[in-house]
Amino acid sequence: MSSHGTEKFEFLEHTADAQFRAYGNTLEEAFENAALAMFNVMVDTDSVSDSVSESINIESPDLDILLVDWLSELLYLSDVNHSVYSTFNVESIKEQDGRYFLSAQIYGETLNLDKHEIDTEVKAVTYNQLEVRKLSNGWMLQVVVDI
Amino acid sequence: MKGEDIKDNEVYQILEKIDDNTWNVPVTYKSTMNVPGRIFVSSELMKDLEKETLDQMANVASLPGIQKFSMAMPDAHLGYGFPIGGVAAFDKDEGVISPGGVGFDINCGVRLLRTNLQIEDTRPYINQLVNNLFNKIPSGLGSKSGLKVSDAELDDVFVHGAQWAVDNGYGVKADVEHCEGNGLIEGAEPSQVSKEARKRGRPQLGTLGSGNHFLEVQYVDKIYDEYIASDFGLEEGQVTVSIHCGSRGAGHQICSDHLRELTQAVKKYGIQLPDKQLACAPANSREAQNYFKAMACAANYAWANRQVINHWTREVFENIFGKDIDMNLVYDVAHNVAKFEEHTINGEKKQVYVHRKGATRAFPPEHPELSDDYQQSGQPVLIPGSMGTPSFVLHGTKDSMDISFGSACHGSGRLMSRKHAKKELSGEEIQKELASKGITVKVANPRMISEEAPEAYKSSSEVVDVVHDVGIARKVARLSPVGVIKG
Repeated sequence: MSSHGTEKFEFLEHTADAQFRAYGNTLEEAFENAALAMFNVMVDTDSVSDSVSESINIESPDLDILLVDWLSELLYLSDVNHSVYSTFNVESIKEQDGRYFLSAQIYGETLNLDKHEIDTEVKAVTYNQLEVRKLSNGWMLQVVVDI
Repeated sequence: MKGEDIKDNEVYQILEKIDDNTWNVPVTYKSTMNVPGRIFVSSELMKDLEKETLDQMANVASLPGIQKFSMAMPDAHLGYGFPIGGVAAFDKDEGVISPGGVGFDINCGVRLLRTNLQIEDTRPYINQLVNNLFNKIPSGLGSKSGLKVSDAELDDVFVHGAQWAVDNGYGVKADVEHCEGNGLIEGAEPSQVSKEARKRGRPQLGTLGSGNHFLEVQYVDKIYDEYIASDFGLEEGQVTVSIHCGSRGAGHQICSDHLRELTQAVKKYGIQLPDKQLACAPANSREAQNYFKAMACAANYAWANRQVINHWTREVFENIFGKDIDMNLVYDVAHNVAKFEEHTINGEKKQVYVHRKGATRAFPPEHPELSDDYQQSGQPVLIPGSMGTPSFVLHGTKDSMDISFGSACHGSGRLMSRKHAKKELSGEEIQKELASKGITVKVANPRMISEEAPEAYKSSSEVVDVVHDVGIARKVARLSPVGVIKG
């Protein structure tokens, strides 16, 4: 298993779907990098500016589901707003009475096929081989998305 | 992965041979299995079979109330939760319903239209046809439909499926009769569809989507069974059109929403799962039934979607060739769906939820679900090829009910990951190669071409031959592509 060092995320080989691992020194940072990895399946995020923004608040029964809920919410917003996102600021992930709360601000741009290098549509986030793992020096998140 | 000798592949060590194309994953392979696994595969296709696909079959075999076998079709490959190409039937009382056994693209499926046009007369118009189809039918990421439906209309789409489209001027009565289940799963309840799924669904009705979805202009280049082909109205040289797409964002959201509910239900009902993506609940539980009601909405949406695209396709053809081209629907089949069906299991009639995830229903002659004109032939079974490769039309057989819960394969099955395909194959080269074979491709996103290149898939003819030889569906006709539009 690779340690994260300066790497934000890496893609793993998968026949039908896209699988990635995202890393972070904090859980918040790892969640941000998971979002970045997922949008990089769809688009070259370097070609996406910060002209639109959304606030996100999520409540989930455990950390695994929080990760799926977070990425699913991003897909939902991308679909209904015809937007792609490239900057993710996860302000906090908190646990209270056995429930998990995330709040974030995300930035991106209305989809523009002349400007954005579109790759593959991500249909959904799966629970297949899902992992939220605490490492000695941070966090590793593993996700398979359906494409 | 590709071994020279079948025995080099570790799956050969696991599988038990029943006959040349039928192999079992022994029930002892994993201690949790309730039934054996069964895969229909030739030694040629076995070379590319992944051990993880067998593991996923074994995981499905471990779910409560599964009947006979956890099955996989010859195009099976690694999925998430259930393998792609998986078929599993669960008892209505003792069994479960699992969204993972259907997938996110609920009622992804394919329909086949025939015409009375001959390929020689049509070739000069292929570029024009492909361009006009591309302009008329929205495809690709972020594409918007020309059709706007209100929330109330969306409810009608969810409840009435293909019939909604026909009632609103998109098609004719015969179209509905030539859809699996008349383009409808009964029991749809829009109250089980979230506002998020509605918001995604409203602007996307009448869009093709992206990924492996396509619309293809083809011609019949080979007939295997004259008699059945004539029942299906197919003859050599005839121009046909295949439409392959599903329930779009509405279906993805419905699956995501209910999958989340079911990950919690698993704990409530104390079901042990080897993979969270197999989340399920007892078939008769509130959670499972709520999913089923919502899944039916998505399935019906997909039938309406294909019906609207069918109508626009007809308009494009009729604008070029006139009204007298007899552009009739041969059939429309779902290949990602769970259905409540009756099957004879160990001599006993039983009601089961058959999950087909990347598998096509293949019902036999005289089945009450089939329209009058297909009572003798059995159901048309439509197997799309990958881009640039032939598609096949088969017909359902009596044996399929016994062997595979009335199911057959759904396509060619991926061989190469999309990421790998992109690295290996340049989009431009593939487009040139296809053009040299007389196939015009028009694509919203050129990068998709390499991802969906023929080399990235198993051979569709090899897959179909196994299905034919096993006898779960028999070959009727082969369709060769001449024009493709993709997302």
